[in-house]
Amino acid sequence: MSNMSKAEYEKIPIKVTVNGVTHEAMVEPRTLLVYFLRDHLGLTGTHVGCDTSQCGACTIHLNGRAVKSCTLLAVQVNGAEITTIEGLAPEGKLHPVQEGFYEKHGLQCGYCTSGMIMNAVSLLQTNPKPSDDEIRHALEGNLCRCTGYVNIVASIRWAAEKMGGHDVSR
Amino acid sequence: MFPASFGYLAPQSLQEALALLDEHGDEAKLLAGGHSLIPAMKLRLASPRYLIDIGQLANLRGIKIEAGNLAIGALTVHADIASSALVREHFPGLAEAAAVIGDPQVRNRGTIGGSVAHADPAADFPVILTALNGSFVLQSPSGSRTVAADDFFLDFFTTVMKGNEILTEVRIPLQPGAVGSAYVKLGHPASGYVVVSAGALVSHRSGSCVFARIAAGGLGSGPTRAAAAEKELQGKMLTTDGIAAAVAKVSEGIAVEGDDYASADYKRHLASVYARRAIEAAVARAKD
Repeated sequence: MSNMSKAEYEKIPIKVTVNGVTHEAMVEPRTLLVYFLRDHLGLTGTHVGCDTSQCGACTIHLNGRAVKSCTLLAVQVNGAEITTIEGLAPEGKLHPVQEGFYEKHGLQCGYCTSGMIMNAVSLLQTNPKPSDDEIRHALEGNLCRCTGYVNIVASIRWAAEKMGGHDVSR
Repeated sequence: MFPASFGYLAPQSLQEALALLDEHGDEAKLLAGGHSLIPAMKLRLASPRYLIDIGQLANLRGIKIEAGNLAIGALTVHADIASSALVREHFPGLAEAAAVIGDPQVRNRGTIGGSVAHADPAADFPVILTALNGSFVLQSPSGSRTVAADDFFLDFFTTVMKGNEILTEVRIPLQPGAVGSAYVKLGHPASGYVVVSAGALVSHRSGSCVFARIAAGGLGSGPTRAAAAEKELQGKMLTTDGIAAAVAKVSEGIAVEGDDYASADYKRHLASVYARRAIEAAVARAKD
């Protein structure tokens, strides 16, 4: 480390589209994406939970896929499109999954909720009619430490039905 | 937690990446999906001076049939392998392994090349790729070589890769005839990492085993071939009894290491149970 010139640590320019808005910024290479979103862009809906890729509170969509933003460097997403929880309700109208968590009491303290919702949206994009079992498996990477998962599963099922993919009769 | 500072290099071609790796040698680490390396850097278990991010090299991503092999680009993510029609058709065991790594978000980001090169003893891909007789294409500035999975993994987190090599492709030879594959694992209840796992590739003719390749995970420092069990199966009818006789020998000749969660005896027991499940599933898929 000692003879590494200062220039090598220098900030790097990145260009990222977040919730439809393109941002250009200079970031230190070691900046984690979740901190870039929260501290640089002020999008604090994405949470830092465990900070070790376990809990999923930091889940966002990177080019349409759910990923954990605590385990990505901001420089890695140069040129990418990102959606955060703020991007789900751009006009203030809740996404059906957000509505589901409201209707079915899918949260208690709310810390895990944005990550749960982002992952659930991703699930319903690839599997619009998930069984309860599939919902539970899809939540493998999201931890809730308050209330358990019964209402969270019900919330996602509610959203699937509302979005039309699910068999409403169940 | 923040990684220590490093210099970030983002080559736009494989040639450029190889040149950078050659230039910086041991001071550099390759960054693909980053789902092993970034956690290690956050814990300061790794503090490379340079990261060479090969994540943008699109031609290292994708799944195709080429020259008698299923060829998977090193940057292909687990989720794409799990859902690939080509993989499911030819090697459903590989799709099964990809589908039980980490969690959905991790599978959207982690890469097969990264998992293989990282050589975590509790990883899934090394085990199934050993069972499937996979091999790895290693590029260096002076050319390329292909190393079989059997010869690739040396120890915990240690492979035959040289400091100036990049793993670019995983190859699995297509098998003629009635052949099936499967992968099953017991994951640690908290971490999901392998406690014991088993991968199997079984070929038969009218129910008689032509050959079987069985690999186990979690028993030692890396994937282990169950040679005694393979030998026991060869030429035998793949009946319940025939399979039971083989799986009784799964850990024969393997120095099984226990850990805090599972003793060596328990792992030997699990290995026979999981090997049986893998073989039975592989046989059920091998249609004449």
